[in-house]
Amino acid sequence: MSAIPMVEMVKVTKRFPGVVANDNVSLTIDAGQIHGLLGENGAGKSTLMSILTGLYRPDEGDIYIKGKKVDMLSPKDAVTQGIGMVHQHFKLVKSFTVAENVILGMKDMGVLYDKTKIQAQVERFCTQYGMCIDPAAKVWQLTVGEQQRVEIIKALFRGAEILILDEPTAVLTPQEAKDLYKTLRLMAGQGKAIIVISHKLSEVLEGTDMISVLRGGKPAGSTKTELASEQELTRWMVGRNVTTHMDRAANEPGEVVLELDKVSCLNNRGQLAVQQASIRIRAGEILGIAGVAGNGQTELAEVVAGLRSIESGTKHVGGVDHTFSGSRDMIRAGVSYVPEDRLGTGLVPGLNAVDNYILKSYAQKGWLINWQQAREETQDVISSYDIKMANLFNPVKMMSGGNLQKLLLAREINADPRLLVVVYPMRGLDVGAMAAVRKLLLAEREAGKAILLISEELDELFALSDCIAVLHRGEIMGVVHPRTVTVEEVGMMMAGKRMLEQHAV
Amino acid sequence: MEQSIWIAILASGIIAGTPILLAALGEMLTELSGVLNLGVEGMMLVGAVTGFMVALDTGQPWWGLVAAIVAGGLMALIHAFLTITLRANQVVSGLALTIFGTGLSGYIGKSLIGLPLPVTFKPVFLPGLSNIPILGPILFQHDLLVYISYCLVALLWFFLFRMKKGLELRSVGENPSAADLAGINVFVMRYIFVIAGGMLAGMAGAYLSLAYAPSWLENMTAGRGWIAVALVIFATWHPGKAFLGSFLFGTIDVLGFHMQNFGILIPSFFLKMLPYIITIAVLILVTRETKTRRVAAPEALGIPYNREER
Amino acid sequence: MLYNLLSGWRLEKRGTVSQVMMVVVPLLSIVVGLAFAGIFIALTDKNPIDVYLLMLEGAFGSAYGLSETVVKAVPLILCSLAVALAFRMQLWNIGAEGQLYMGAFGATWVALSFPEWPAVLVLPAMAAAGFIAGGIWGLLPAIPRAYFKVNETITTLLMNYIGILWVDYLVYGPWKDPKGLGFPITAPFSEAAILPAFGVTRIHLGLAFALAAVLVLYIVLKYTRWGFEIRVSGESAAAANYAGMNYIKNILLVMFISGGLAGIAGMTEVSGITQRLQHGISPGYGYSAIIIAWLARLHPVAIVLVSVVFGGLLVGGFSIQTSGFPAATVAMLQGAILFFVVGGEIFMQYRLKWVGKGRSA
Repeated sequence: MSAIPMVEMVKVTKRFPGVVANDNVSLTIDAGQIHGLLGENGAGKSTLMSILTGLYRPDEGDIYIKGKKVDMLSPKDAVTQGIGMVHQHFKLVKSFTVAENVILGMKDMGVLYDKTKIQAQVERFCTQYGMCIDPAAKVWQLTVGEQQRVEIIKALFRGAEILILDEPTAVLTPQEAKDLYKTLRLMAGQGKAIIVISHKLSEVLEGTDMISVLRGGKPAGSTKTELASEQELTRWMVGRNVTTHMDRAANEPGEVVLELDKVSCLNNRGQLAVQQASIRIRAGEILGIAGVAGNGQTELAEVVAGLRSIESGTKHVGGVDHTFSGSRDMIRAGVSYVPEDRLGTGLVPGLNAVDNYILKSYAQKGWLINWQQAREETQDVISSYDIKMANLFNPVKMMSGGNLQKLLLAREINADPRLLVVVYPMRGLDVGAMAAVRKLLLAEREAGKAILLISEELDELFALSDCIAVLHRGEIMGVVHPRTVTVEEVGMMMAGKRMLEQHAV
Repeated sequence: MEQSIWIAILASGIIAGTPILLAALGEMLTELSGVLNLGVEGMMLVGAVTGFMVALDTGQPWWGLVAAIVAGGLMALIHAFLTITLRANQVVSGLALTIFGTGLSGYIGKSLIGLPLPVTFKPVFLPGLSNIPILGPILFQHDLLVYISYCLVALLWFFLFRMKKGLELRSVGENPSAADLAGINVFVMRYIFVIAGGMLAGMAGAYLSLAYAPSWLENMTAGRGWIAVALVIFATWHPGKAFLGSFLFGTIDVLGFHMQNFGILIPSFFLKMLPYIITIAVLILVTRETKTRRVAAPEALGIPYNREER
Repeated sequence: MLYNLLSGWRLEKRGTVSQVMMVVVPLLSIVVGLAFAGIFIALTDKNPIDVYLLMLEGAFGSAYGLSETVVKAVPLILCSLAVALAFRMQLWNIGAEGQLYMGAFGATWVALSFPEWPAVLVLPAMAAAGFIAGGIWGLLPAIPRAYFKVNETITTLLMNYIGILWVDYLVYGPWKDPKGLGFPITAPFSEAAILPAFGVTRIHLGLAFALAAVLVLYIVLKYTRWGFEIRVSGESAAAANYAGMNYIKNILLVMFISGGLAGIAGMTEVSGITQRLQHGISPGYGYSAIIIAWLARLHPVAIVLVSVVFGGLLVGGFSIQTSGFPAATVAMLQGAILFFVVGGEIFMQYRLKWVGKGRSA
């Protein structure tokens, strides 16, 4: 532990038109430390790190690296200072090899690129940090965890002493996340400074040495991890005590609404995405699907919604065979779908709220569209669901994530479906919006609807679901009851270990 | 007797394919940087008329060539400014360039129609190469511009797949955000390669007016610019395949005239339709293919890059 | 110094899309485009102002000029509607020119095959034939686009060349008028097959077709289910599928109707103006249509206004041909105008702000 901190951001302020993203924020990171940066969406974590990586320039404040004041004008300066970042959405060229991605843009590598030098370096990282990867592999062929490794190698290759990771475990299984933190610990042991941006309290409490919290652009508290508590951190993040506990009434599930029997389907590249999956959801029941993104969740949801064809197996909704039904028939059969791609598929970004509200219901009433009625209905929905927007006729892409999700849910719920399919509904929402969505889902459950909930957040699944099915490489590893299974067991299933005994459902 | 006809056909095929090849190589560079430039036809025409005009004035076809290259580059600069800096719709901007280029060339060339060019590019014999049986006459009995086009194919292949800068170019078209973060200047790269594309298109046009025809006629490119754009797609953005494709097209183009020798009498209009029909057919076949295999267009093609919107 | 001057500007996103800019940009771009093209005219030692004034005179300065402008506006309106409809679905139909020619072919076939039919029978038949022929020409490239995502920009454009060559084949060959002195023209149509004109002008009934099409399209796009589907499909194919819309069917239908509208333009030209099929019946209406559609921001009613302006541009262009200006001049002007419309669009979403020197990011 050296006396001079590795990174010091002092009284940093950054303004954008209409908002102060960072307000007088100070942050100190020591060498050999894993520092967690916590905060809700929009709290200013990404902006702060963008300043540290040279993407933005602060309006006020200074940055010191190893005690020396630095003025970073561009990302290149940050790299020179030894700062490397692993983004949440990887910045890799999928069609290139690992080696090509690693050397992309490096200055002193000559005019032609020398593969052997890279090979040697990559092997060194393997022995040093346990991060092994084949330099000749094409990135699109790698798993998400492996791609993340490439991102880290990229940073290390450029001599990063300070490594920033943005929501690194969002795409990892619990086991992979543990491995990642082991690697980070090794790096910290070598004197590197590590900053982890996260909104996952449990992870940050386990893996870091220091935690700093941002709220609304302002610093909200900083503490040694060993002294921190979940309550305190939540209060700092949100500004008030939040009950994360949802009261779930015991429900008598009704008749079977959705039944998938040994369903298989292909993904966009023609490979098997879902294999022989069988699930059953009853009215008034929430079935959660757990699994790391990319294991067939999207395809499964699309199959249920009629957007993807079934290769083998059958699908029944309310006892009626809908194996070959397309999206229009499924809508008519009473299936509502809140897709992963909110803005793009679920909502049309360039159209306004009214257009989007009647996106599916326009087909119900004859040839012409009654715009007057559509406007009134949309207005009602906006007030009753407390959706904030500047103007009813603005393109919806101008709305915030939380409001978009509310509009989407409002439309799907108001269609009075029998089955509601929701994919990653909490992604990118702040605590307040998340609570609202949870309430809506539970209310639908109470009203006797069947809900298929696909999510990456195990906490959420455990809190909301009546049963949880785990998806790995398109196969259902097991269906469990959240009361009788542990997170570890589910984590193992997510990683591919099948359940030896089925818990009674 | 039969063989010499085929040799003559294939040799003409090379010449006919050269302007398409040059334009395609240019468009390939542009598209690899992520920008779609549908103004190739317009740039070729402006190159053709400028080249002709300057060659006529100076009496030297090489000056004409230089002028054509500059003119093509300037036209591309307009498209670059609109699409890169002003983030305009790339399809419509390219179309505007074609319409403007067609009009401008017709306007400038009014007084040049039908004039003869005293000094043109003549075939050059390469010692040794020109005398190889069969391949010699097909590949090596042409003017210098054709040989330059061969060199460009090799050069571009080497640049794209063996040089670091080529890797950077490809990354700009695939994932500009990643390239930006790797320290590559996306805007500058795109400007450079859009203009380079225009320069090659200008050169392609000059080839038509200074070597192939050689003369100036309104709309003399007759859609070759569009065939070049299609060719980039079937060549899956690969210079070597572009060469083969342009050779194929050139041969089909000239096949019509030689059909009479085989006693096949088809009305000339249908022969003229042939290149367009074949282009459409091949485009359909190849597009179907590329969707299933992994080789496809640069991922960021046609999408303007904006650093803030991430 | 120039660098500092240039780099001190930033594009800042507006809160809402600027309605003012949506009208100002097209208008301004006409003026600036003409100025830009004027530079090239000046480079050839001609005074652009004189040229433009001459054109204005020719197009709007006399009753004859005005009527001719309307005459030109008819096929422009129809082709622009065709293009705008397709563009709304993000289908880049560059083939309006070829679709017009094929429509002309279809109409001519009816006229030449049934010379004895009365007008009340033959005119609708010609219109139908023109619509179907043009529609098929639009449908053909739509099929690979719908099923295999083959780029329709290139295919529709190449079909232009094929369509024009087809008509050339007919008028130089099997349909050539034996009494035509060797010119590439067909025999003249019977009286019945000619669209009646208004008074002494050449303005023919085709104008009614054009205006009717404007009205129909306006209502369809704004108030019908299908119009809604087109808007959604144009914005996002994924959303269209999600909402249960038949995206593929819509691609085919839209391209067929788009081609059909251009086909009707072809019918009105051969029936109302040339009164026979001949080489070069269109001075590039299909291409001008693209510019008009874009300038009019794809609105049916605005298309009428812009078509009249461009009709005037064409008539003005013809009137200066006697002074030695080639027909290509008009294309040059149109292209220049389009540059500025396309470039100016960013100002509808962003405004220019001066932030001073030395700032990065």
